Amino acid sequence: MQESKKGVSVEQVWEILKEIPDPEIPVISITDLGVVREVKVTGDQVAIKITPTYTGCPATNIFEQDIKIELVKVGFKQIDISFQYSPAWTTDWLSEEAREKLRRFGIAPPDGTTSDKNFLLGKDPIVACPQCKSTHTEMVSQFGSTACKSLYKCKDCLEPFDYFKCI
Amino acid sequence: MTKEEMLFQYCLRMGDTHNVFAHRMGEWCTNGHILEEDIAMTNIALDHIGTARAWLIYGGEVENKGRTEDDLAFHRDERDYVNMLISELPNGNFAETIVRNFMFDAFSLLYYTELTKSSNETLAGIAQKVIKEAKYHLKHSANWMVRLGDGTEESHQKLQSAIDEIWRFTGNMFEMDDIDQSLSDSGIGVDCAQIKEQWMAVVMQTVSDAKVTIPENKYMLTGSKKGIHTEALGHMLAEMQSLARAYPDAKW
Repeated sequence: MQESKKGVSVEQVWEILKEIPDPEIPVISITDLGVVREVKVTGDQVAIKITPTYTGCPATNIFEQDIKIELVKVGFKQIDISFQYSPAWTTDWLSEEAREKLRRFGIAPPDGTTSDKNFLLGKDPIVACPQCKSTHTEMVSQFGSTACKSLYKCKDCLEPFDYFKCI
Repeated sequence: MTKEEMLFQYCLRMGDTHNVFAHRMGEWCTNGHILEEDIAMTNIALDHIGTARAWLIYGGEVENKGRTEDDLAFHRDERDYVNMLISELPNGNFAETIVRNFMFDAFSLLYYTELTKSSNETLAGIAQKVIKEAKYHLKHSANWMVRLGDGTEESHQKLQSAIDEIWRFTGNMFEMDDIDQSLSDSGIGVDCAQIKEQWMAVVMQTVSDAKVTIPENKYMLTGSKKGIHTEALGHMLAEMQSLARAYPDAKW
């Protein structure tokens, strides 16, 4: 067991959180995803606020556990994780780096931002295939393998792929 | 009734509605007619579970008797459940599920749009979050309304029968009792009577695109706010709550 360390700083906690992968999309971390909103440290207690990507996302419970495991390791005695719904999580919080990581993993990142005209008008986005970059693609299903993704198909290279929905 | 007691009831009504809806959608798991629909149904089920959780966690806090969202979901009887009647309707055939979902999804989007203006920060926060999911749900069910209604003769007929059957449960969504009125007057809750007209416009547009009609009979069923349900709810809860009832302290 690790000894109880005194004085783990807020910055160090953020560094630890940066290394915790999203359980469903392991190429990005929970901080890449932007779900961690606040970290407060008081002695051997830490309070973390999380904004779930989707209200029912099953990954939320898993990374709650992962956070606790990692923070217990550095000596925290009490770890409080609470949900914060407002402001609502948006794909706009995904960093450019995270988008690139998604693309390399074979998931098309969200198209543009939620303030886009097309998004506001409810038009389906033009999604580029993460494999061959062709925009000659079509949506197969609005709902994909996880709550945050839709299912697409590339009409040029014929690969099916996930699209990270823009919300 | 104190303000907290009213707010607690309000949270139960919405929490129960989403929880029951989630269970119904979950019943589609492995029963979808195509893989994509199976995935869609269970995705939507997850969203409703998440929304139910948000309402029931907050409800438990407001009640302040130490009850968790699981206590509220799994250890309350049918007569204590105050979900909207439409959420408990059995899945029936695919057209019946789609009509039930569409009627509720159209309500839900308008309801949560209004709720974002709530003076209660938690409710406004939940609304901001849920609204994003509700848009996808409505898109899904409205698309299927049109595909079925404007599809084959058989799909059209099944959609029309489903509308005729389910219509009488829609009035219940807009009912306002003293609790709703009081919370709406104080800027916390939504005046559902006010969104009915907009809802009707959305429904009429889709129904017209789907080449079907709504029944002329205006008779509407009521009772959910007093815990009076259709016979379907008791059976559903018996199944949904069986594990938690058999092993009350079970942990994942």
